[in-house]
Amino acid sequence: MSSMTGPSSQKPSAHFIKTDFVRKKERRELMAQAIFFVMAVLMIVPLVLIVSYLVYKALPILSLEFLFKVPTRGMRDGGIWPALLGTVYLVLISLVVATPIGVLAAVYLNEYARESWFTRIVNLAVVNLAGVPSIVHALFGLGAFVVFAGMGRSILAASLTLAIMTLPVIIASTKESLASVPRSFREACWNVGATRWQTIRHVVLPNSISGILTGVILQVSRSAGETAPIMFTGAVFYKAIQQGDVFAYGLLDQCMALSMHLFTLSTQVPDVPEALPYGTAVVLLVTVLSVNALSIIFRVYLRSHRKW
Amino acid sequence: MNQPVEFSIQTKGLNLWYGNFQALRDVSLNVRHGLITSLIGPSGCGKTTLLRCFNRINERYGSVKTEGEIKVLEKNIYDSDISLIELRKAVGMVFQRPNPMPISIYENVVFGLRLHHERSELHKADLDVAVESALTEVGLWKNTKDRLKENALTLQLEQQQKLCIARLIPLKPEVILMDEPCSALDVDGTRAIEELMFRLKGRYTILIVTHNMAQARRVSDECVFMLLGELIEHLPTEELFSNPQNPKTADYIEGRFG
Ligand SMILES: Nc1ncnc2c1ncn2[C@@H]1O[C@H](COP(=O)(O)OP(=O)(O)OP(=O)(O)O)[C@@H](O)[C@H]1O
Ligand SMILES: [Mg+2]
Repeated sequence: MSSMTGPSSQKPSAHFIKTDFVRKKERRELMAQAIFFVMAVLMIVPLVLIVSYLVYKALPILSLEFLFKVPTRGMRDGGIWPALLGTVYLVLISLVVATPIGVLAAVYLNEYARESWFTRIVNLAVVNLAGVPSIVHALFGLGAFVVFAGMGRSILAASLTLAIMTLPVIIASTKESLASVPRSFREACWNVGATRWQTIRHVVLPNSISGILTGVILQVSRSAGETAPIMFTGAVFYKAIQQGDVFAYGLLDQCMALSMHLFTLSTQVPDVPEALPYGTAVVLLVTVLSVNALSIIFRVYLRSHRKW
Repeated sequence: MNQPVEFSIQTKGLNLWYGNFQALRDVSLNVRHGLITSLIGPSGCGKTTLLRCFNRINERYGSVKTEGEIKVLEKNIYDSDISLIELRKAVGMVFQRPNPMPISIYENVVFGLRLHHERSELHKADLDVAVESALTEVGLWKNTKDRLKENALTLQLEQQQKLCIARLIPLKPEVILMDEPCSALDVDGTRAIEELMFRLKGRYTILIVTHNMAQARRVSDECVFMLLGELIEHLPTEELFSNPQNPKTADYIEGRFG
């Protein structure tokens, strides 16, 4: 039994002592960690800088009044009410149009569609449309809604253009949420004789709704910030409405919008007090960030009330 | 005419393709009514696929083409007057990983009833009775009667698996298909499920897929061996294990491959 090698045949030795190789690995590990940390910090720095710079510059003008007053003295004074209201109209209407279409299309693609050339083309289109620059959507909106459909330059045309722009992203994010519902839940449902619709209604949607809504809400901030798609299709430099009037715009009216207003103030009007564009920027930023925050809170809420 | 059915499931010349891949080849099988039949064979030989044929649930898994005849309780399930909903109520399935819904224990048991009845037809008292008798039948009632409102995912795995069986019972199934129902469970859980199968035997026809030879031997009356989509051998369990006719069966049960 001379060939026997086992713990008993040899004196055990402690081979778990640091070698140079191990030390080198440990140094690398530390270095990697440090680099990742620095990058994460670097990412936050510009954000903090931008926000504090904007707020600092806008400080002289920021007040509740600023929100509800209309621009005066050829836009060199007053508030931003028409632009704020216009943005709210545009975003809400585009959402009302894009959400049902996008969510239902995604349900079809994820739950019903079989692998075929048709679904492959649709999926390809969704992915590619999501990457089309907004100025292209703007031109499409101009041709399709303003001119061809005869809506003229109006809130309706601009909202529809925004809807077209957000639709593919809503479809993509909804599909992802649906796909994250475990297959086993669906199987459980199918095997007690549920139809596809019952499965979607009772199992798939309740378990993916938080992801779907988050995806939709994130598109709010995207459409609120875009200038190009609305510039050609319904947003104007100036529109006279009553200060604080919530129902000032009709569907076929033109409107002002925050993003557009910012552009106008900074490039088109001479002698604007510096605080004015910065104030507008802060309002735009706060609107967008608070919508995002809302979506996060909402998600956390739904998660904690989710039943698994 | 009134004599009891001899076979719950009969297939003749069953072929099945996933796209271009043929997963079942000319499978002809008669599953005896009221008994436990086990299905063994190496990974990927088509056991799950075969089970899924019997309630036509395969059709929900992408592009599947089926050829041949399948009869459940002597009725061809590809006839045009077949209701898939009723078929799936009659032929229920239990999975490898227990998959209760993320809702309460109570709601899990009545889930099927709620799907198939209008809200106005369902009375609380009836549902309560259904829950009690289903949970009693699978031996869960004593442990869960005070926590019916709790999320089913708080149960132990073994209890979850029993719940998945209980979920089928209110739909009055004839056949229960079990796809490796114990592979996620420990020894005690496995024993508990096996005991449950013995209690259910007779009232339901049970078809169980297992990778565990000892389990197949313990629980089943008849045993089917499959290989690469083909049915190699179907014999009474004791005979198949003690005296297999086909050398491939012998190789497999003696652990020479698989
Ligand atoms: N939805 C599907 N699409 C395409 N191929 C599939 C699908 N489901 C199963 N297959 C293939 O069909 C064959 C049989 O699969 P099946 O799941 O029936 O095997 P199994 O015997 O249950 O295996 P296991 O013991 O691992 O569960 C495998 O080769 C598998 O890759
Ligand atoms: Mg399987």
